[in-house]
Amino acid sequence: MAQEKALTNGAAAAAALASGIGSLALGLFTTLAQAIVPVKDALNLYNPVGPLSGKTTAAVAVWVVSWAILHGLWKDRQVEFGRVFLATLILIALGLLGTFPPFFEAFGG
Amino acid sequence: MSLTVREFWAVIHGMGLGAIFLLAFAGGLAGLWSLRPEWVTGAGIQERLRRLRDGTWIMAIVAWLTVITGTYIVYPWYRAKPLARATDLSLFPRSYLLANPNLAAWHTFGMEWKEHVAWLSPMLATAVAFVVVRYGPKLGDEEKIRRALIVLFTLAFAAAAVAGLFGAFINKVAPTR
Repeated sequence: MAQEKALTNGAAAAAALASGIGSLALGLFTTLAQAIVPVKDALNLYNPVGPLSGKTTAAVAVWVVSWAILHGLWKDRQVEFGRVFLATLILIALGLLGTFPPFFEAFGG
Repeated sequence: MSLTVREFWAVIHGMGLGAIFLLAFAGGLAGLWSLRPEWVTGAGIQERLRRLRDGTWIMAIVAWLTVITGTYIVYPWYRAKPLARATDLSLFPRSYLLANPNLAAWHTFGMEWKEHVAWLSPMLATAVAFVVVRYGPKLGDEEKIRRALIVLFTLAFAAAAVAGLFGAFINKVAPTR
């Protein structure tokens, strides 16, 4: 009988942290688009939607790439899950802040 | 009794997908909460896991469909610009709101927050659904991971709830028609 491979917590930590990185990216792109006109123009991938198309596409791309990298690095490893999850929550909070209009509108526009 | 194409998509985006999202969240959250070896037998874990997989994946897929239809189908109608001489702005919700100082905050705060924060939901929900499938019945023994998933799942719901609430109010004040 084949021995069952032990399941580590790395894959779960990678998925969680990548979701935090994606959230931060969304907040960052939202704020940068407000603060820097050339960034706003560059993120306008589809005219009817405007810069929102680029902000969300770029954030999703960052999320997918970071998840792929973290999963590759951690999938067979046991990591300190509590610390990784705390970092995830901080990143999500920063992402939320970046998408909050009174915050990003303070940077111009 | 009829709906315009715009009203139809607004209903699909807001009410159709929104209702499924709500049901899937309730099922997924109950599944995550109760997936504890001390509460259920091995057979019970398997039965709950099936519902948990369904609930989390349906919520993730519906979250993606909601943000994609909202951003690429409904939102262009919302933000369309009227001709310079137009006096009737009722078909241009964004311009209609901004033209009235008493209503402008529905766009400058409500819509601006809604259109961005909603995109957090599918990323968080997908992470939860992936972990549920990856760990399967072993999730019951992984207390830290299970608790973390409950938090992420609830945050995914909260982000969608903010977007959904503002969407409902804005569509009441300045309907997409």
